[in-house]
Amino acid sequence: MIISIASGKGGTGKTTISTNLAFSLAQKGHKIQLLDCDVEEPNAHIFIKPKVELKETTSFVVPQIDEEKCTYCGECVRVCAYNALFVAKDKVMFFPQLCHSCGGCAYFCPEKAIFETNREIGEIEAGSGYSIEFAYGKLNIGEVMSPPLIKRLKKRIDEDKVVIIDAPPGTSCPVIEVVKGSDFCLLVTEPTPFGLNDLKLAVEMLKVLKIPFAVLINRWNEEYFEIDSYCDKENISIVMRIPLERKIAELYSEGVLFSKELLEWQDAFCKLFDSIEGLWK
Amino acid sequence: MKIAISSMGNDLSSQVDPRFGRCQEFIIFDSETLEFEAIPNEAINAAGGAGIKAAQLVVDKGSKVVITGNIGPNAFNVLAGAGINVFAGATGTIQNAIDAYKAGKLQEVNQATNGPGAISTVPTYR
Repeated sequence: MIISIASGKGGTGKTTISTNLAFSLAQKGHKIQLLDCDVEEPNAHIFIKPKVELKETTSFVVPQIDEEKCTYCGECVRVCAYNALFVAKDKVMFFPQLCHSCGGCAYFCPEKAIFETNREIGEIEAGSGYSIEFAYGKLNIGEVMSPPLIKRLKKRIDEDKVVIIDAPPGTSCPVIEVVKGSDFCLLVTEPTPFGLNDLKLAVEMLKVLKIPFAVLINRWNEEYFEIDSYCDKENISIVMRIPLERKIAELYSEGVLFSKELLEWQDAFCKLFDSIEGLWK
Repeated sequence: MKIAISSMGNDLSSQVDPRFGRCQEFIIFDSETLEFEAIPNEAINAAGGAGIKAAQLVVDKGSKVVITGNIGPNAFNVLAGAGINVFAGATGTIQNAIDAYKAGKLQEVNQATNGPGAISTVPTYR
């Protein structure tokens, strides 16, 4: 079973939930794989403290132009949907950060002056910690194109295990790349107007992707009930509430899984998994 | 010589559009014939690389000078690479900008005057 943890809004606790869920299930003997797909800002490894057994770089195919053969006809510029190429009368300029690696420019170049070359965009590290098989991606600084790295990381999915995937925030391409193919998506939100606003966007995204989902409210307090009203109205299950508690925050700030110290939470996370399984079936 | 000016409208009384890559239109003004042509900026809604696409548009029109409010790094680099002189900080109408350019009152820039426009001026949702 593949469960992705997404949120809409950043900073609601996706990593907290994915790591504690993975840890609690592993403690009860489940075979768990955790993938941190928030490659722009991976941080699950801070909590899992994995022993890294494998490192591999990921690259991305980009065009390289043979200026000897180029006639500056501009066909590549017309083909490029991402404006990654520019041609003047005696010059071609290429902007790798804008390239989506579609290969169109090389395919359509009438002079066969464009060939493809690899450009490194990031790194994947894999290993294990707390009996969890763990892997994460790290996008190189300055890179903007995370989906190819996410795709590569998702190739590691082992369907014989319970796979928990930590997604990036938002509802754009990287998030869609992460959550597609999941059996279930858990949306982590917080009791604030921002949390609710972005939760709604994430719900719309999952409806389009036809992925079943439920909501978890983190830093729950008894002051803001709009999330409840919204979920009630939309018939969305709220499967867990984690209260705003100083001890949880302190453990988090020290890079410690709170379910490791506050043992009652291990059962709570196992129950959360049961409810997810129930909703999925 | 052809001069491209980023514009909010399609004639010489239109206001200069302070953005280059995502301006509404370009006025291509010919300083010899004093004629002009307005071309809609196809790059205005580009997801990314608007400055590059807009620059391609004005270069393809044979412009040698660009007058605008602000210009981002990608657009500046391609224009500089194509040997175009870029003047920023223009305000008022297109006619005002042309007059200011002729009077030598506009500042030629040798680097970008702002960040990539899509990032600094349009709220992007993450």
